[in-house]
Amino acid sequence: MKQSLKNVTIPAWNAQRHLNQTVKGMPPSGIRRFFDLVSEMEGAISLGVGEPDFVTPWHVREACIYSLESGITHYTSNKGMPELREVISESVSRDLGLTYDPAEQILITTGVSEAVDLAFRATLNPGDEVIVPEPCYVAYTPDILLAGGVARTVPTRLEDEFRLQPEEVAAAVTDKTRALLLSYPNNPTGAIMTRSDLEELADVVVENDLLVISDEVYAKLTYSGSHASFAQLEGMQDRTIILNGLSKSHAMTGWRIGYALGDPALVGAMTKVHQYTMLSAPTMAQVAAVEAMQKGDEEMLHMKHEYNLRRRMFVSGLNRIGLDCFEPRGAFYAFPSVKAWGLSSEEFAERLLREQKVAVVPGSVFGPSGEGLLRCSYATSREELIEALDRIEKFLASL
Amino acid sequence: MNEILEILSENAKATTSEIAALLGRQQADVAKEIRDLENAGVIRKYITLINWEKLDQSFVFAVLELKVALQRKTGYDAVAERIANFSEVESVRLISGDHDLSVTVRGKSMKDIAYFVAEKIAPLEGVQSTCTHFILRSYKEHGVILTEKQKPQRLVITP
Repeated sequence: MKQSLKNVTIPAWNAQRHLNQTVKGMPPSGIRRFFDLVSEMEGAISLGVGEPDFVTPWHVREACIYSLESGITHYTSNKGMPELREVISESVSRDLGLTYDPAEQILITTGVSEAVDLAFRATLNPGDEVIVPEPCYVAYTPDILLAGGVARTVPTRLEDEFRLQPEEVAAAVTDKTRALLLSYPNNPTGAIMTRSDLEELADVVVENDLLVISDEVYAKLTYSGSHASFAQLEGMQDRTIILNGLSKSHAMTGWRIGYALGDPALVGAMTKVHQYTMLSAPTMAQVAAVEAMQKGDEEMLHMKHEYNLRRRMFVSGLNRIGLDCFEPRGAFYAFPSVKAWGLSSEEFAERLLREQKVAVVPGSVFGPSGEGLLRCSYATSREELIEALDRIEKFLASL
Repeated sequence: MNEILEILSENAKATTSEIAALLGRQQADVAKEIRDLENAGVIRKYITLINWEKLDQSFVFAVLELKVALQRKTGYDAVAERIANFSEVESVRLISGDHDLSVTVRGKSMKDIAYFVAEKIAPLEGVQSTCTHFILRSYKEHGVILTEKQKPQRLVITP
């Protein structure tokens, strides 16, 4: 006979019991608190935005609209549209002088974020360690953790212009280290690594047989010389996975298009995870990406030029008003020090927001070595940057 | 393109100190270069782009297309310069195609402009025909979209 539920005490639903322990233990991003603070404040100028202030160029949006009118709304192949892989292969060959076979060595992902996640999931076994330079973008450590790995952060410092030092990497290597993450031009510091800086790392990488995962999403926004990739060093192409995308270079953050380049075995493994989780990157966004990569150079260079003008003005402005700032040569961030002002970066950022309504991101959000520093994005209008400098100057005068 | 001109063409109000900061140059050098450009006639005027449609007291604009008899020695220049001297005229351009000159005219009313064309332009020696197009609405001027809606919002803080 069927048992009635009437007389059984049903325990109260407890969602906590059903959570994955790793996810449960993960702290929420430190940016969240600031987001809430700024959101409820009227008239605040935000230097806290990690994306271009430009809207995606019209010809790219128009190409996407046309593709929708034409009914191009189906899945693409798991690896991504062949045309897009072709055009990426050509562009990488022009920019870096490296050959990647569109059939086996290029994977289109849903933003570089997915590519980062795939790279870790496809290469790490439980307990494997990844060396991560810090301060760094907030997703790397959680992504490594979710992939079952362990992140070993290595500090970078203002006096080295936040370039990763080979002896620090060597000191962090253990017998479990499998990979080194590179992220230059860097968010949050704006630092770059030149070819000779990278060459100094190559010995440690080879000696310890490390895989290099190189997030180069800000590569096009390099303001002195041209961007250098670890994969360009002699013999390093095979042991490097390059991750890149169109978000920053072509003002296409919301389209979520990224890509991974590398050894066929590695890209093949990433494709396997991608096909069972994402299936394929959004088709309309891939069409837009083809248009952007084929015909978007002029607008891209125009945006880069504008960032460069703002960079000069803003960095010299920060130094003038008394916030020491090294010259950031990439991305769109300045990373000034507030150490001389006797406040922690969090206190400084919170008081600056409450007292003068300028939002910046405390460097500590990007790891302990970001303490005493602030991330200020100059991907905002010149007028706002000038006004922000004025307000920060007033704030400093009140300290 | 000259970087100073690029900045001024976007914003005539940019000060020499702002331009110097944007370009990483000395303010005095920037000021001197601007003076030189003014003296050489490269920079002719600092103007303000106004969206007249936002105001009650608006102007009426028209584009005139003129056929002009080509004159010995002076070509189109003599007629074009005569037309350019009228204060009602905003621009005069020699164009290719069915017509020869394209002239933009500003007036207080359509009647104003109609009289101006009939009395001053059509009777000019060398002007063979005129075709007046009144501008009904302006969507974009000098690279600025006038009908643009509110700027799309970004999240206030993103990693």
